[in-house]
Amino acid sequence: MNDINKYLETDGLDTDREKDIGQHIGYRYDVNLVPDMSRCTDFLRKYMDVMGWSDLNWLEDVHMGYEEGNAAVFDRNINGWVTVPDDIDLPDNQQDRDMIARELLIKFQMSSSHPMVDLMNAYRKF
Amino acid sequence: MASLDHKSHDMGLHAEQLAGRTQQRFFSATEEENFTYPWSHEVDFRLAEEFDADTMTATEINLKIRELMQNGVGTITVRNPRARHGVGVGILNRLNLKFEGSLGYFGCGLVDGPNIHITGRVGWSCAENMMAGTVVIDHNAGSTFGAAIRGGDLVCRGDVGSRTGIDQKGGTILIGGRTGAFSGFMMQRGRMIVCGDAGKNLGDSMYDGTIYVGGEVEDLGVDCVPGEMTDIELDWLTAKLGMYDMEPACGIANMKKFVAGKQLWNYDNLEPSEKKLVL
Repeated sequence: MNDINKYLETDGLDTDREKDIGQHIGYRYDVNLVPDMSRCTDFLRKYMDVMGWSDLNWLEDVHMGYEEGNAAVFDRNINGWVTVPDDIDLPDNQQDRDMIARELLIKFQMSSSHPMVDLMNAYRKF
Repeated sequence: MASLDHKSHDMGLHAEQLAGRTQQRFFSATEEENFTYPWSHEVDFRLAEEFDADTMTATEINLKIRELMQNGVGTITVRNPRARHGVGVGILNRLNLKFEGSLGYFGCGLVDGPNIHITGRVGWSCAENMMAGTVVIDHNAGSTFGAAIRGGDLVCRGDVGSRTGIDQKGGTILIGGRTGAFSGFMMQRGRMIVCGDAGKNLGDSMYDGTIYVGGEVEDLGVDCVPGEMTDIELDWLTAKLGMYDMEPACGIANMKKFVAGKQLWNYDNLEPSEKKLVL
């Protein structure tokens, strides 16, 4: 994507079909973009160390996306978007934005406020 | 905030009730440093145990692994798994787990976090629906290896059967040898690295994702097309293969890349012509 803020500053609808239905078709980011580990953060390195991994493992598939004009990260455990707080400054490149998204997702998923905690309490069998 | 003033609003397409779909949850984006799920067991990798599964059923093996995790054991070795089916499944925890021997079908499925090493072979659908972690198999694997995998590294140092990574939704599948027909069938995202040859219909009906092949490809499936390798991908491939001491005979720089042609994406555009055919 040439303009990294395209989905923050415009409606991002390019084709006639997208304009008709009012929705973007396809991903709003490059799902095939592999991480540049030189941009990995200390927090993520600590997480890798705790888990016993030499790289980002499943986080390689986590990218910063854009939902309803806001920066957001998709949480597969709730099948929904988690909005990036307004007070977090967005870097000017996708690689650094992806690292922020990965950090945020870990903090959300491991939080006791995550919706999965309620589901586990209600339905877990063992 | 982008404007939501579209033609679609005039057409009344956005009048649906959205209540209940959006939730507001509070968590600290700056202070918390929890690296494990709230419900996972606290384990210590330095605390190691092993047990002999020779006379145990699959259920007994899985329950024993769970019991050891509850006791804080972080490194578990299972001897003589005797190719039993469905063992090492549903582990949602950080853990080092080693099987000394082979597993049957659906081994290590639905895992989220553990690092698993299998010294023998595995049957079909190994690591099906894997979410995170690493699974490394020293010898060959059966069909539908890594079916519907969503994340993590799934490694087979030998050859694998057909339909490898069918419905892959994320993660990385690494194959040291050859892979069979229809590998990457209906792949949606993630990466597959094949050091050896690939069978017929590679990447058939793939929606997205990337397949890297070191050997010969028998033929490509519907909507699977060659892609252009980038420098960052070469760096990533070198690091990823290096982690598992793997390298294609042709060298990483000569690997071929395949992606989705994305001709199957806009099937909704076919609706008018389909309607005409019906009429």
